[in-house]
Amino acid sequence: MSTTAQSGSAVMSLAPSTHLRRRNLIQLVITRLMASATVISVLVTVGIVLSLLPTTFRLLREITTQVFGTVWAPLFTPSQYGMAPLFTGTFIIVLIAMVIAIPIGLAAAIFLSDYATFNLRRIVKPILEILAGIPTVVLGLFGLYVVNPEFVEKYWPIGEPLAYTALGAGLMTGILIIPIIASVADDALSSVPRAMREAAYALGATRREVATKVVLNAGLSGVVAALILAFARAFGETTIALMVAGSYPKLTANPGDPMQTMASFIGFAGIGDAEVGSSAYNTIFLVGTVLFTVTLILNILGNRFIARFREAYE
Amino acid sequence: MATTSTSLESRVSIDRRIKDFSFTTFLSISIVASLAFIFYIIYRLYNNAGYLLSWDLVTFFPSYDIDTAGFQSSIMGSIWVVGFATLFAVPVGVMTALYLEEFAGKRNRFTALIELNIQNLAGVPAVVFGLIGLAFIARGPLSWGFTVGSAAIVLGMLILPVIIIITREAIRAVPPSYKEGALALGATQWQAVNKLVIPSAIPGTATGTILAVSRAMGESAPLLLLGALSFVTFNPTGLDSGFTILPLAIFKYASDSREEYQVLASAGSLILLAILFAMNLSAILLRDYTLRKRNV
Repeated sequence: MSTTAQSGSAVMSLAPSTHLRRRNLIQLVITRLMASATVISVLVTVGIVLSLLPTTFRLLREITTQVFGTVWAPLFTPSQYGMAPLFTGTFIIVLIAMVIAIPIGLAAAIFLSDYATFNLRRIVKPILEILAGIPTVVLGLFGLYVVNPEFVEKYWPIGEPLAYTALGAGLMTGILIIPIIASVADDALSSVPRAMREAAYALGATRREVATKVVLNAGLSGVVAALILAFARAFGETTIALMVAGSYPKLTANPGDPMQTMASFIGFAGIGDAEVGSSAYNTIFLVGTVLFTVTLILNILGNRFIARFREAYE
Repeated sequence: MATTSTSLESRVSIDRRIKDFSFTTFLSISIVASLAFIFYIIYRLYNNAGYLLSWDLVTFFPSYDIDTAGFQSSIMGSIWVVGFATLFAVPVGVMTALYLEEFAGKRNRFTALIELNIQNLAGVPAVVFGLIGLAFIARGPLSWGFTVGSAAIVLGMLILPVIIIITREAIRAVPPSYKEGALALGATQWQAVNKLVIPSAIPGTATGTILAVSRAMGESAPLLLLGALSFVTFNPTGLDSGFTILPLAIFKYASDSREEYQVLASAGSLILLAILFAMNLSAILLRDYTLRKRNV
């Protein structure tokens, strides 16, 4: 056999041929190149933190406890830095969004995982993807031109809603996060093993009972992850809040009023080419730090829950 | 057969059957409502601005006169910015994904850190990317100003984690036996990846990239901070050029309360939706096509 001849020649030149050496060199260069590309994503995170923190700390040293006040007017003189109105504005809009998105998003997820046939699933999934693809500026436009004047102004019972309302912004943000809840929760529910469903059916459970009592419980950590990630997305939404809820940081609990969220303040104050070191410039970094920290914690939490259901069922 | 089914059904109490029926109804209404909402938005926009739709709207430059106003500079601005963002994010994203999936070896602290980083980067609010752009790219060390280049880097950073995640999924979907076969025949890791893994992962990566790019196309918040919300009556000529983008041209008209500007904002939204739907549709078709090809 020819193997003897080949092994003979291999013994003669134990050093790799030039061809082999070139191959290994290419392998080495490419691995290094890819490793350095990997570092870029880390640099982005480091860049975000480095861009936020110095300005934030400089401003905080100046204003200290003023952040606990109740009037947010950093762009006026004298400036007031009470963040309470931004917090209430953000949480009320996110709350409204969640109230809208949780039932519809979960319904879509349960429908996809336990009710839809294969073909129906192939129709419904793209619908949700198209809904997810509607840009926020279009949702904002719809909130401003349609939801605020035709629904909130007409039917909201408390006070006298005007052109900008938190309710309109909350509703549109809710629509924005429906697809997030639906797709993350669907991933979780669909990965619940068939055997668990079949066992429940065998015990005489109806389809609703299987879906809500067995599947929903088994996939609960994924559902929780879906809600947390959707919450984080709503929390950081800028354009919708800016267009629909306006830019007046009013400390109020009435969703019919205009409000400013943390994200929409950044968008609002950042529009006018803020000079480096000016009050507007510094405050957007302060608010940005809060926004970044809160969403970071939420995302870490959400991804933990995702990891948990992956561990259990995949 | 019929008798068995009735006797089986009769064991389910009427109460539970009503609950089941109403639950199914609730689910169906939720799905139908989501679909109806998409159509309703388009219907209202079209109702408001449908009569304006013509090529003039795409080819004219912005103007304060509704009859000669169009979106050419903002459409071109979007194409320039998103185009360069893609040129930056796709190679870096694909290389990162390949490294993590194929070259990093066993999970260690370094890869775990990178994975955590990518997951969290994907969840950073878009407007925060505008802040890093403002601090380091438009101003500060790089001082590139409010240019196409600055905006492209910011949007590129925004879609980078999305592209990494999507590409990794596409790579993971390639059966390991392809690569193992090549390795067993003496190929280097790179040869196996280059000749076998990459070609098989291209459709999935392409689908995901189109979706990520369409997200960048519709994104408005980060570029608010980079001076894109301005009245620009020229197309970008290079990376140092000033610019505006379609979503912010819409935003600008929308923030004026005069009715003719509202009409222009609606017309711009229709153009934006048309572009994004075309991109999404091509992604969905591409995925369907590859799935069918793989199943045959």
